[in-house]
Amino acid sequence: MALLPPEFIRILISSVLIVSFVFLNAMILVYIERKVAGHIQRRPGPMEVGPHGILQTLIDGLKLMGKQIIFPDNIDKPLFCIAPLLAFVPAVVAFVVIPFSPKLQAVDLDMGIIFILALASLNVLAILLAGWSSNNKYSLIGAMRSVAQNIAYEIPMLLSLLAVLFMTNSLSMKSIVEAQKPLWFIVVQPVAFLIYFIASLAETNRAPFDLPEAESELTAGFHTEYGGMAYGLFYLGEYANMVMVGAITTTFFLGGWSGPPLPYMEYSGAFWFLAKVYFIVFSMIWFRWTFPRVRFDQLMNFCWKIMVPFGLVNLMITALVLKI
Amino acid sequence: MIKYFKDIFLGAQSLLVGLWVTIGYMFKPIVTVQYPREKNKIPPAYRGHLEFTRDPETGGSRCVVCLRCVQSCPSKCISIDWEIKGEKRKRILKSYVQDFTRCSQCGLCVEACELGAIRFSNEYELVGFAKEDFYFNLVKMLEKR
Repeated sequence: MALLPPEFIRILISSVLIVSFVFLNAMILVYIERKVAGHIQRRPGPMEVGPHGILQTLIDGLKLMGKQIIFPDNIDKPLFCIAPLLAFVPAVVAFVVIPFSPKLQAVDLDMGIIFILALASLNVLAILLAGWSSNNKYSLIGAMRSVAQNIAYEIPMLLSLLAVLFMTNSLSMKSIVEAQKPLWFIVVQPVAFLIYFIASLAETNRAPFDLPEAESELTAGFHTEYGGMAYGLFYLGEYANMVMVGAITTTFFLGGWSGPPLPYMEYSGAFWFLAKVYFIVFSMIWFRWTFPRVRFDQLMNFCWKIMVPFGLVNLMITALVLKI
Repeated sequence: MIKYFKDIFLGAQSLLVGLWVTIGYMFKPIVTVQYPREKNKIPPAYRGHLEFTRDPETGGSRCVVCLRCVQSCPSKCISIDWEIKGEKRKRILKSYVQDFTRCSQCGLCVEACELGAIRFSNEYELVGFAKEDFYFNLVKMLEKR
């Protein structure tokens, strides 16, 4: 053991934990999503595999792994292969800086949130590559929509996060949580919270902003040509991004790991953290099965005419109040 | 400018109403029928294929081979085979086959039968690999029932 530096072992263990956390999460979230969708439509959801269909996602995952990946004619093969990896890997890597509890954090980067946002914006590139290389009109239209949507919604998202960062004076995720000890930022910055939440729904391509994959118009949008585990990686990436949005919202607005004290709070704070994350993720699922998909011009109008002005005004007011 | 804020307010309000509706529905009981495990009750007027009614005295069918059902059938899908027996030269039913692939469930045969020997069954789970699977022999079905 003397050969291995302790830092190396630490990185190894934390990355294994994070990857397994993401996989497990995706499995549980697919199940929750299908159950919630079912109950909202007053049907039971998956019921066949295991008690109350609890093993359904496991079996689905095995099926996806067993399937052949089909390469259509005239595709740009290298890009076609890179795209699913690019959708999945950054989404997982971003979890490195998430502070689950005071001591459960792989790395506390000084610029944690910038790291996350930089990796999250790679998701657009993955979708664009997937759409471009598929040699399919639906994929390309989906990818183009996704780029327009993601670039537009990144602005209000950054504006809302910036308002919080003005108050914390730090980009490190841990110190953002610690800055909320007296009061959660959702109370101080409710507008920023709303803007961030709506913009992040659009960033993760979730309904009601799921235009890049709009089933009824574009079959499956950017991942039309993908099958097997390549499709599975897109799916995992989507759910990883959902959890990521939940984690950022929790860190920035809902006080991170803070909550009623539990024994060994330095570690068990993760319980409160995950509870908040899952609440956010549940509301994303809830939104998906409530609201119809917006039209593209509505999407753009909503961003440029409502979210961006509100974000700017909110930012200015925050700056003014802090200065006085 | 007032309209701008009013629109945002009304939009947000209607979104909240929508969320309230769906969360309410989430906790209401399930209304779908889990088909292979649960089955809907079939209404008595349901028209499946034909079946014989059982004569309580003989335990067999009431059919006297009058052939009115065969005559009334517009699709010509009922075929009856019989033999003649005894001094009274009575017709004895040998087979009564309904070609369900051609039947349109019009019910003229059931109306024509004055003895009430045939009726519609409640059978709706019909599946087969060949056309011949839907030539139902009512005599054999009555024996099995």
